[in-house]
Amino acid sequence: MEALRMETENLTVYYGKHAGVRGVSLPVYDRTITALIGPSGCGKTTFLRALNRMHDLNPVVRVEGRVRLDDEDIYAPGVDPVVIRRKVGMVFQRPTPFPTMSIFENVVAGLRLVGVRDRDRLREVAERSLRQAALWDEVKDRLNEPAVGLSGGQQQRISIARALAVEPEVLLMDEPTSALDPISTQAIEDLLVDLKEQVTIVIVTHNMQQAARVSDRTAFFLDGEMIEFGPTEQLFTNPTDPRTEAYITGRFG
Amino acid sequence: MKARLYGKLGDALFTALLVALALGVLGVAGLLAWELWVGGAPAFRAFGFWGFTLSSEWNAVSERFGAWPFLIGTVVTSAAALILAFFPSLAAAIVVAEYAPRRLGEVVAYLIDLLAALPSVVYGLWGIFVLVPLVRDHVEQPLFLWSAEHAPALMGLLGPPTGIGMFSAVLVLALMILPYASSLARDAIRLVPREQREAMYALGATRWEVVRRVVLPYARGGIFAGVVLALARAIGETMAVTMLIGNSGQLPYSVFGPAATMASVIANEFTEAEGELHLASLLAVGFLLLLLSLAVNLIADFILRRMSVGEGRK
Repeated sequence: MEALRMETENLTVYYGKHAGVRGVSLPVYDRTITALIGPSGCGKTTFLRALNRMHDLNPVVRVEGRVRLDDEDIYAPGVDPVVIRRKVGMVFQRPTPFPTMSIFENVVAGLRLVGVRDRDRLREVAERSLRQAALWDEVKDRLNEPAVGLSGGQQQRISIARALAVEPEVLLMDEPTSALDPISTQAIEDLLVDLKEQVTIVIVTHNMQQAARVSDRTAFFLDGEMIEFGPTEQLFTNPTDPRTEAYITGRFG
Repeated sequence: MKARLYGKLGDALFTALLVALALGVLGVAGLLAWELWVGGAPAFRAFGFWGFTLSSEWNAVSERFGAWPFLIGTVVTSAAALILAFFPSLAAAIVVAEYAPRRLGEVVAYLIDLLAALPSVVYGLWGIFVLVPLVRDHVEQPLFLWSAEHAPALMGLLGPPTGIGMFSAVLVLALMILPYASSLARDAIRLVPREQREAMYALGATRWEVVRRVVLPYARGGIFAGVVLALARAIGETMAVTMLIGNSGQLPYSVFGPAATMASVIANEFTEAEGELHLASLLAVGFLLLLLSLAVNLIADFILRRMSVGEGRK
């Protein structure tokens, strides 16, 4: 049995008075990929953003319940969200290279934040992260060029390399391939499977095939609630809830 | 068929109208430059273009005219005002767009914009009746007396502590151009995409780190555009400067002492310009002022193209 890395307990997220996520309890196991699926507006992204306190940036959002990372409640008073976000990284839907920075500076941006100045160390981390993101061979000769000159798929892998460079324990991915072409999508899916050797991944995806291909466990969300959670194969072949079955067989959503 | 023909005709008419208006604006600007050139030509003929531009003698009695003191006065006061105004305007923009609660931010932004709506002459009056006595009694005189006692060599550099002069003019000028720089910087900061900020937050950045490493670099084009607009305002500002700068035709030799700018000398002397050459010289100063503004804008445009990020990038 794998060890528990993160866990939510009765997590509810309010946008003003509306609860976008209601009472979700989900375990996230170490070095596995957990996929969150469900139709648009079901709360899967909202749930994901609660896992590294991204909602703190929006004053109208309120989070209730518990989120534990290695047995520490990340919403406990006195916990610094900045520290949590260093441990729980995030990759967004659209590639977000910093346009004024080179490829190299983009990748080491997180290390600069913690004050790493040593040129050799930065270089070493940049190479390691870019290799992890399967991008090293494509960019190693132009590390000092602007990152915005890369293709969409490459930019997204820059975002992944950047998130990996700070060595997070958990990586949250919010539909990381929805803005990409099939070939880039394929590259990133292959990458995810390799990455889970080192990092725990929670991925929101619109694409059920993607969830089926890459994840170990899948959670199905509908209208802000988690309807079903289980091993991916079981959830896709033998769902227990009729709503899950309706969704995965394409009857709605 | 008819409707379609009408549509095409309307399109052509509208295009023609737009082109005519655009050319009209261009024509007026060209005519303005031409008139200044023609009006100033006697001065340029009498002293030569560079002779007029670089000479620092301005004497209506001996009819010797040179624009150098005013050119320097304009450049020095504008640059000093810009340096003074830049950081406060940027700080105000950051506070309003990033730190302040929404409502408060809007109130502060409104108040800053209001500074731009105040007529120049009101700044001048405020300068004369409030700022000048304040600066004279609490800054210039103490400094002057201190230097008289401890560093007499400094006295010449400081100049007469009368309150009226370059120092006060620069202070008021800085206040006047602050809203221009601030409001463009604020808009640019607000336009930084949320994804950019979130990407940096997700790496474990604090709010200030996000501002410094993502927001300001991303917004640098807009911030620079604000600086240019502020500088252009400072170069052309006339009324308040004329009221405060002391209007001396000498090269500005001291911090507190009187000086004049190109705009202020025109405003100050055109009513009493008896001799034809005097009037022509004032028009020639106007022509040089136009050239200076044009140069600033062209250089700024060139830099702006290289700095812009995102939508403005081409």
